[in-house]
Amino acid sequence: MSIAITTQIICFTILSLVILIGALGVVLLESIVYSAFLLGGVFMSVAGLYLLLNASFVAAAQVLVYVGAVNVLIIFAIMLVNKKEDLKPINDIKSRRIISTSICLTLLSLLIRVDLTNVWSLSSPQNSIGEESTIRIGEHLFSDYLLPFEVASVLLLMAMIGAIVLARRDVMNKDISTGLPVDQELIEKSSEPLLTNKN
Amino acid sequence: MMNLESIPIQAFLIVSSALFCIGIWGLLNSRNAVRVLMSIELMLNAVNINLMAFSSYVDNNLIQGQVFTIFVITVAAAEAAVGLAILLSLYRNRVTVDMESFNLLKW
Repeated sequence: MSIAITTQIICFTILSLVILIGALGVVLLESIVYSAFLLGGVFMSVAGLYLLLNASFVAAAQVLVYVGAVNVLIIFAIMLVNKKEDLKPINDIKSRRIISTSICLTLLSLLIRVDLTNVWSLSSPQNSIGEESTIRIGEHLFSDYLLPFEVASVLLLMAMIGAIVLARRDVMNKDISTGLPVDQELIEKSSEPLLTNKN
Repeated sequence: MMNLESIPIQAFLIVSSALFCIGIWGLLNSRNAVRVLMSIELMLNAVNINLMAFSSYVDNNLIQGQVFTIFVITVAAAEAAVGLAILLSLYRNRVTVDMESFNLLKW
């Protein structure tokens, strides 16, 4: 990469600040819609980090798949299930918070200690292949990673069919709770849930 | 400032560790099921940053880490689709997305 080191450091600092603050916003904000849009910002910044690492193809794939597909899907799901509801209070929420926060902080300190104290045997990143990486990824996908590539296509097909089957609204002739025949015209209009009182 | 040739790999590793821990915290503490899925996506992104950093610094000729990242992105997309479909059918049956009320399998 031909960018000067100072520029790289500035870009890295800005991107990692956006990633960390955005991720904290995703888990801490009250409104789920704000969380979803911040998640899109986090995904874009991660794509920026990939560009800093000389991986333009993976950065493009990250933007297309995560921002273009996953984030839009999440926003659609929020739109479909977003209902103001009063959450039931949990009696031991304080101790749960304390325990989970301490577990996460312990794990974080452990990981950072490993990151800093381990001596990584790195090759110099100077002779990087740069723009040739897209060609190299294609060669990998069609030679030594051919089987995982094909399995991934089968996995995507299975996920697509599974998502359709799970999310489809079943059309039934009889109402489950009352046993009466259902007026077929009302199926799409009725929003009466079947298992409401089964708490 | 030190005379650096490039950003040290430790910087990338620390960012990805912090992102992973934030994801775990969100997974354990959020009560909205959609937010749990978002936390899983954050954790997968942390793993991807790790793979990309090692691919660029250790293995920059045969970039196998980038290929693995592509596969992780594929699996994450499939996981998000199926997870949100499960969430929709759960919401249709229980009329809530509160994680505390999904206790049918509780022992």
